[in-house]
Parts: sequence; structure tokens; C-alpha cells
Amino acid sequence: MSAPAVIDSLAKRDDFPILRETVNGHPLVYLDNAASSQKPRQVIDAIRRYYEHDNANVHRGIHELSNRATEAYEGARQRVADYLNAGSRDEIIFTRGTTEGLNLVANTWALQNLREGDTILLTEMEHHSNLVPWQMLARRIGAQLDFIEVTGDDGQLDLQWLDEQLARARLLSLTHISNTMGTVNPISEICARARAAGVVTVVDAAQSAGHAPVDVQAIGCDFLAFSGHKTCGPTGIGVLYGRRELLEAMPPYQGGGEMIAKVEYRDVTFNVVPHKFEAGTPNVAGAVGLHAALDYLDAIGREAIFDHDQRLAKRAFERLSGIDGIRLFGPSEGRSGVVSFVLPDAHALDLATMADQKGVALRAGHHCNQPLLAKLGVPATARASFYFYNTEAEVDRFIEVVHDVRKLFA
Amino acid sequence: MTIDELTGNFEFLGDWEERFAYLIELGKKLPPLDESEMVEENRVHGCQATVWLRMLPRNGEPPAFEIRADADAFIVKGLIAVLLLVYSGRTAEQILATDCTGTFARLGLDKHLSPTRRNGLHSMVSRIQALAAETVALNA
Repeated sequence: MSAPAVIDSLAKRDDFPILRETVNGHPLVYLDNAASSQKPRQVIDAIRRYYEHDNANVHRGIHELSNRATEAYEGARQRVADYLNAGSRDEIIFTRGTTEGLNLVANTWALQNLREGDTILLTEMEHHSNLVPWQMLARRIGAQLDFIEVTGDDGQLDLQWLDEQLARARLLSLTHISNTMGTVNPISEICARARAAGVVTVVDAAQSAGHAPVDVQAIGCDFLAFSGHKTCGPTGIGVLYGRRELLEAMPPYQGGGEMIAKVEYRDVTFNVVPHKFEAGTPNVAGAVGLHAALDYLDAIGREAIFDHDQRLAKRAFERLSGIDGIRLFGPSEGRSGVVSFVLPDAHALDLATMADQKGVALRAGHHCNQPLLAKLGVPATARASFYFYNTEAEVDRFIEVVHDVRKLFA
Repeated sequence: MTIDELTGNFEFLGDWEERFAYLIELGKKLPPLDESEMVEENRVHGCQATVWLRMLPRNGEPPAFEIRADADAFIVKGLIAVLLLVYSGRTAEQILATDCTGTFARLGLDKHLSPTRRNGLHSMVSRIQALAAETVALNA
């Protein structure tokens, strides 16, 4: 395989109006991409164009604008199917985001198929959105949770008991890339072993879909969810991919318009997939924006984006490693663009507050990963997360700010 | 130090970076709680940092409260130091009658604290006032 193209980050930055902002008198250095990415002009323009020219309700109109809106919405669905290499656009459900996608699976497939005493297998590195829906379901039906352990600060999954754990489980839901540790899990291998054990798989691709190639057929998962806003798209739109066979057999999620075929006072026939899972007027503008975002990302190339993320993260990781007493989380090799750490002197919240005064946007806290941080014995970590529009100069500025802030605590 | 002196010091400092650095210094000087006091019973939830707070009645007529609090982050400790200037050494009635919004506005902290920090501060004030209200209810 040839090496991915090198991204000209400085040129890409011109597409992002927000990156020209100044914060507290300093040029913005935005390093909170794992929480939300910024939006290129192409996405903002697509949403504006939709509202200025095509907006109407979808699927039911006879008139021109409704037809345009429907084409735009269904065109976006096809674009997502291509992006994920799904077998058909009917396997693509639009949601509000990853969280809703995971809740949808918990409340439809899992609620229908799991029974009291069944085991749901998760990992110890799941975001709360891939933990709490399963806790809620487990309480409701009397199922139990089991966890693939995280080995320690290096953020690796301990897979030595995987086959035993899978033998006891009916469903496995896990993240592709950890939002806290930056670990890239061997997702295809894990899903293959789950499939061999007859376990249904759900993949949280919130951190990977906008940063790396994500091919649902190559991964071999049953479900996969991601969010638009972390992939250069707008907030309030997300995707749930589901294997058609499973989607066909699943009950609907919410009831309302769009998801029905025929309604009588006391009876209802549901629409076909994927519409069965999309009650109410959907976020058409969000889908249009997501379409533009996926075009934008593919024009750059996801291999190139992942390569760029990794290069910046490696640079940050290496420079931070030089700080005496620092605790760095996640693998030293092969990590995504997420670097999480605890300084020996400055608390993560103090670092993030002072960094903000210098224009550098970091995340500090538990990263919606409270159980993992409790396991590791840290109340909060600071996190820098990179994207293709970040530059090496920004990494260096971030490191400089870390050193400056530490002086306040000497 | 009084609130007026604190406000003066804040005004003297040119920019917010220096003011936050000053809050960190105030935080460093805040007397820490003992390990034994850092227990769930004294935790104030709703703050991003881990915060513990105790109200100790002082002998006197009417009895006043000494407030002691600690946190694992220094800017939060600095904000606690400001809160103690407002509330510590006051009676339960005084605590209940005192709104610290004005003080924080005078310091400009209302505009320069993030919404999550303001929520955290609010949680601390709510705890102080709830403990004061318990005393008032007991004596009623």
C-alpha cells in the first residue's frame, strides 16, 4: 500500500472560518476535536443553500420543493451508505447522534431479543453513551453486564479472555477508538470472534468515522453508530448502520409520522426499513450538511487524515513524555489523534483554564468515562485531540503553554 | 483580607491571565482540609473539580460559622477563598441573607468563569446556605 498523501493543514484551515477566531487576545488553537470538530465552509454553505432553495417536508409532498428536499435527504442516505461501504442505503438510519443510535439498538433489537439472565458484553473504556443505555436495559429486563478489561494506563483491551466472555454473551457493544485513551481497538478481529460465537456486535464509531477509514463490511459488525458533529458535519445528525436482516426483524423505536405504512384508529402497519426507525420530520438540513462533510473528508482522504492525526499525536506524546512525573494515557504507538495526560503539579482543570486564557482549547475532566478514570485512580485528565486542520506549530504552541502554566504551580 | 482589598488587587492586575494566576495563589494559601475530612459526607457535587466543604459553629452570641473547604484544583481553591471572604465568620441568618452574585460581578468573575464553573460555584453556595438553613430550622 502506498503511503497516504500528506495534508496541507495550513491550506485546509482556509476552509474553516472559525479557526480565524481569537480567544482571549490569542489566535485560537482548537485541540478539542474529540468533543466536536469544526465545520468547513462547504458544509455551512450546503446547509444555507438547502434552506435558501430546497427546504420543505420530505417523503409526502407532491410539490417541487418537497421533491427536492426528499432527494437531498435520500441522497445523503446514499452518501452515508457509500462512506461506510454498507450494502444498501436501506441499512442507514438517520439519528440525532451516536448516543441516539446506541439507545435505538438497546431499545429495539436488544429489548426484543435479550432475556433475563443474558449477558451484554462491553469494555471498560466505553463512553457513558455506550454504557448507560445498556445499564438501563439490563435493569429493565434483568440482564447482566460484563466488561472486557483495560490493562492500565496504556489503554489496551485485555483480550485474553475474550472467547470465554463471548461464549457467555449475547451482545457485544464496544468503541472503535477510545475518546479518553486514543486506543484504536482491533475492531475487525474482535467482531470476527464475536460473529463466530454468535454474538451480535455494536460498534461506537464516534471517534473513528471522521478520522479513519470505516468500512462496515470489512469490520463485519451488525450495528455501527457515529455522529455528524465529530466528522465536520452539523450537530443534531448522526447515523446508525444496521445489517438489513436485523433491521427487518426489529420493532420500531419511536412512533409517529413517516414510520408508518397504514394507520387505523386501533391498528398500524409500519413502514419498511429504514423509515420504520425515523418517526417524525427528520433533520433534513443536518443530513444535507453531513453529506457535504463526508464529501469534504473523502476529498482529503481518510487514510491521510488518520496519518496526520497520528503524526501530531505522536509529536505531542513525545514532547509531553519529557515532563518529569507526567502520567500519559493510551498506547505510545498506533494511537489516534487523542492525547490524555495528568501533570504532576497542575490539575487538569487549572491547566485547561489557563490554556484557554492563552487561546488553546483543551478538554479537562472525566471525558464521559467516569468508571475508567476511577479504575485508573485519576479524578480528571487533560486531553488534546487533533484533526487534519491542526498544524505542528499548534502542537508546539500547546506544549509551550503546558510549560508556561506549570510555572504557576512551581 | 476584605472583599474591597480583593477587588482592589483584581483591578490592579491588568488581564485575566494574571487574575487567574492570582486566584491560583489565593488557592495555594487556602488552609487545606485533613485527609479525614475529605469524605463523601463533606463532598460538594456539581463541581467539575473534587470539592469538600465543612461548616463549623463557633462559640459566641450569636454563633457564627467557620467555613473550611478544599478542592483538588487550585483555581477552584482560589474561588473558595473568595467565597470564604463572603460567608465565613457570619451567622446563619447573615449567610442566608447574603447573595454573593454582586461580589462576583464586582470582581468580573461572572463574565470570566465558564458556565460549568458558575454551576460549581452555585453548588458550593447552595451547600453553605443549606447548612445555614438547617441551623436556623433547628433553633426555630
